[in-house]
Amino acid sequence: MNERTTRLRQSSLDVSPAISAERARLITEFYREQDGKHSVPVMRAKSFLNLCQQKTIYLGPDELIVGERGPRPKAVSTYPELTCHSLDDLRTLNSRPKTQYSVDQECLDTYEHEVIPYWRERTMRDKIFAALSPEWCDAYEAGLYTEFMEQRAPGHTVLDDKIYRKGMRDFQRDIAQALEALDATSDGNFYQKREQLRAMDITCDAVIRFAERHAELADELARGEADAQRRAELAKIADVCRHVPAHPPRDFHEALQAYWFCHLAVITELNGWDAFSPGHLDQHLWPFYQQGLADGSLTRDTARELLEAFFVKFNNHTAPPKVGVTAAESGTYTDFANINLAGLLPDGSDGSNDLTHLLLEVIDEMHLLQPSNNVQLSRKTPDAVLKHALRVLRKGYGFPSIFNADAVVEEQVRQGKSLEDARAGGCSGCVETGAFGKEAYILTGYFNLVKVLELTLHNGVDPRSGKQLGPQTGSVDTLGSFDELFDAFCRQLEHFLEIKIRGNQIIEQMYAQLMPAPFLSVITDDCIKKGKDYNAGGARYNHTFIQFVGIGSLTDSLAAIQQLVFDKQQLSLEELCGVLDTDFAGHEPLRQQLLHRTPKYGNDDDYADTLMRRAFQAVFDRVDGRPNTKGGRYQIEMLPTTCHVYFGSVVGATADGRQAGLPLSEGISPVQGADRHGPTAVVRSAAKMDHIKTGGTLLNMKFTPSLLQDETGINAVASLVRGYFKMDGHHVQLNVVQAETLRRAQANPAAHRDLIVRVAGYSDYFCDLSEELQEEIIARTEHMGF
Amino acid sequence: MPNIYGNVFNIQRYSVKDGPGIRTTVFLKGCPLRCWWCHNPESQAKGTELAINPAVCVSCGKCWSACPHNSPLAECPGPLNDREHCTVCGECVEVCPTGGRNLLGDRQSVAEVMAEVAKDRLFFEESGGGVTVSGGEPLMQTDFVHALLLACREQAIPTAVDTCGYCDQQALISIAPVTDLFLYDLKAMDDAVHREHTGVSNVRILDNLVALGRVHTNVWIRIPVVTGVNDSTAELEAMAQFVSTIHGIQRVDLLSYHPLGSHKHERIGKSSSSHTATAPTNETMQHAAELFQSFGINEVYVT
Repeated sequence: MNERTTRLRQSSLDVSPAISAERARLITEFYREQDGKHSVPVMRAKSFLNLCQQKTIYLGPDELIVGERGPRPKAVSTYPELTCHSLDDLRTLNSRPKTQYSVDQECLDTYEHEVIPYWRERTMRDKIFAALSPEWCDAYEAGLYTEFMEQRAPGHTVLDDKIYRKGMRDFQRDIAQALEALDATSDGNFYQKREQLRAMDITCDAVIRFAERHAELADELARGEADAQRRAELAKIADVCRHVPAHPPRDFHEALQAYWFCHLAVITELNGWDAFSPGHLDQHLWPFYQQGLADGSLTRDTARELLEAFFVKFNNHTAPPKVGVTAAESGTYTDFANINLAGLLPDGSDGSNDLTHLLLEVIDEMHLLQPSNNVQLSRKTPDAVLKHALRVLRKGYGFPSIFNADAVVEEQVRQGKSLEDARAGGCSGCVETGAFGKEAYILTGYFNLVKVLELTLHNGVDPRSGKQLGPQTGSVDTLGSFDELFDAFCRQLEHFLEIKIRGNQIIEQMYAQLMPAPFLSVITDDCIKKGKDYNAGGARYNHTFIQFVGIGSLTDSLAAIQQLVFDKQQLSLEELCGVLDTDFAGHEPLRQQLLHRTPKYGNDDDYADTLMRRAFQAVFDRVDGRPNTKGGRYQIEMLPTTCHVYFGSVVGATADGRQAGLPLSEGISPVQGADRHGPTAVVRSAAKMDHIKTGGTLLNMKFTPSLLQDETGINAVASLVRGYFKMDGHHVQLNVVQAETLRRAQANPAAHRDLIVRVAGYSDYFCDLSEELQEEIIARTEHMGF
Repeated sequence: MPNIYGNVFNIQRYSVKDGPGIRTTVFLKGCPLRCWWCHNPESQAKGTELAINPAVCVSCGKCWSACPHNSPLAECPGPLNDREHCTVCGECVEVCPTGGRNLLGDRQSVAEVMAEVAKDRLFFEESGGGVTVSGGEPLMQTDFVHALLLACREQAIPTAVDTCGYCDQQALISIAPVTDLFLYDLKAMDDAVHREHTGVSNVRILDNLVALGRVHTNVWIRIPVVTGVNDSTAELEAMAQFVSTIHGIQRVDLLSYHPLGSHKHERIGKSSSSHTATAPTNETMQHAAELFQSFGINEVYVT
């Protein structure tokens, strides 16, 4: 890292996140004046154009890659058209101890006098809650599931290589051709398509204007710049910003800047989930890198400097703050942008190159919270890439995570994508799989499997509220066999899935009709060709996901019930439920037995693992392949982000010995501390799930540094990963950290601010996590060297 | 598979320090040596033992009720620990809810052990690992070990045997053809020192190594470097000199001694050794490695 990068990185670390009311104010002013005058897509496009014309342009000292969503780094925009923060929300954000966002008086005033009065009852969130059934709301409030679209827009979207081949002017030509081809006499959707295409065209102008304004500011700064070198840099920046993204990039620098403008445009237009991601960055930049090295305009070091400047940009973009349940389930500054490394080329050959290694070096040097990054490890990926990744990982930053590129392709082909599109795809967010640049793969919410079991054991009644939420599937004294119990569980599961999916269908259509994303549509195949929005099924592929949480806790609870109640008949199901209802009061020996003497998932024990497969299949059969409203289908994922903590807080004591309110297991990891037979047993258990039938699974493993300290350790972990992937495992995240380090950080957060740990599908600062999440991370089994 | 049983003390998956690659180590019960620094004191006695971990006890009284030699109590004072009358029947282990009572030593057939070790075959293949038979001293159960090694060979699972060398020479030589790698432990060349710290003479150990070196080409020497026992230049030089004369030795691992708490002894009702020592310094370990290298042994590893 050179001196400039050190300064840039430090300045990004030094700034604290703050709420900027600028976007909210501009949107509100524009809507107050213009709403009702245009079609919905054109209104969205014009409001976006207005933002690009009016927003404050920032260009900081030392910067090479330019552009901020807010008026300055970490000044976070809000999206009142989706969810409008109340004054109380803003005050909470300003004062909460974790993931704080400072809010100044000017912001509060803007909200009080302009933003809130206009958007009250007009936000997507208001409309969505008003449109959903009372059953949906009851189950939502009980913690059976969450809803992703109640305050962020559909997202989880990744770019492919198209912007490196085409500029906005090229896209506008495509749009013009599509408009030309529309036929009002034969096309029943002519008007909708025309408005959508016009909207897309406007957003291209908007982003070109946005870039030009950076060029103008760079020129202005250059005029006042005394330092000749910086003056030359500013001139280069101005030149770059006049060329991209209007035209295809001509060199490495322009390629990065072109992506960055697209990134900013996507996250300014709407606050889609997981921001936006560049996909296979090493593959996309490779031609520019080679060309730069060949013509002498680039060296490995100048490429490194530009990549590091690019990384700082991601880190400057703190996630938009959430409210209510969504804040509890995901209290983090990270916005989940995720860079893919290595993987496969569309022709099926190895996609890794020297930039893969350079990027791993950058990740190692920068160790920033954002962007997330991962290695897509194929059979064809050299071990050198995997071992390089492990050497970065062993420092304990939680990056990169490792994915099975071959499984990722197979999953997508099963979903009906072409082999080439699947290979050009990869993973984003935490572990979600998609065809980059061609797919809307929308996550709709987490689903609490353990809560379903709790309701099953209470004949459909939620013991927390006493409300009859589910069907009456039999009181526990009537469930005479394990199969009867499992059948009742399946009926409860089906009931709540129906409610969730019916809600999803409504919300999907609301976004399609009320909140299109015309810029995102420009850069997602085949929206232009179809004249259809990204949110309305314009993408080539449209999958809808539900993410299931707590398979480990569910499995262990089922195993304990099957063994103690039905096999050994040590106590009746009624007696066991009685004990659970009192949270084990007076029954500590039974709790100990449930914790220590019953079969546990994660130990390569078929007794437990068979039940995991059965539960997985029950979920899969009821979700996979169901149609959504965009011509696509439903898929399942097994990932929790941090939702297992929230979901645990609404579930009473469970038959695996877990006390009421404690976190559930996360992802497909075993219950925290339940795996006692080492990492090969964990991955063998996890691989008994059919990963290929999912759109992503998340396995977290914690290692002590001693297990990776030398090449013997690196080689063993590399073999562990390869072995897991041979068994079709989708993803593994290795946390390299010692429990005592975490304890020290808890006691003295000030001295451990930089401690990044892997939480779920992402890494976060340990000190920013809630205390219960901190405890849970410590509790996850430390795999010791034997 | 022959119906032979062994007394198995533990089966440890993802062992990465007992030979190359990812291994599953099968620990067998019983050892003729009594090295005071032993990290597995539970493995020394030949018979099955009862281990009790009082730290996890919830005073439920179930162990007292289950014991054929004791009576249920009105109020449980904590874990039953009656070594005098204990016949290691395991009744108390069965009922303990916390898993705080364990039988160390489990009669297992070759087939049972094979079923467990075969689970990680994929990882053995991926990493160049395999099965390591360790102890205790595996060659106190030669028939079982021979049958186990043969079964591994039939399934193409690479094998290693970790031995202290204090065993019947014929037994040692008899397993050589079915063993891919020997991990052979050396403690001291000075027999008085050896007797004092391990309880036995080293003559047989050294003879056996010479004999093994004649028939096997893949032997790794493992030396625990213990402060005040074998860390002197004279002792290290003598070991290096001896090792350098044996054919078949591929590498030497110098294992730094680390003080072990007394809890492992206490759990099996034994008092821990009165001996203790500080860990050797990095300089000592480095010096030891250089001494071995100076005798022409190239593959020397310090851990």
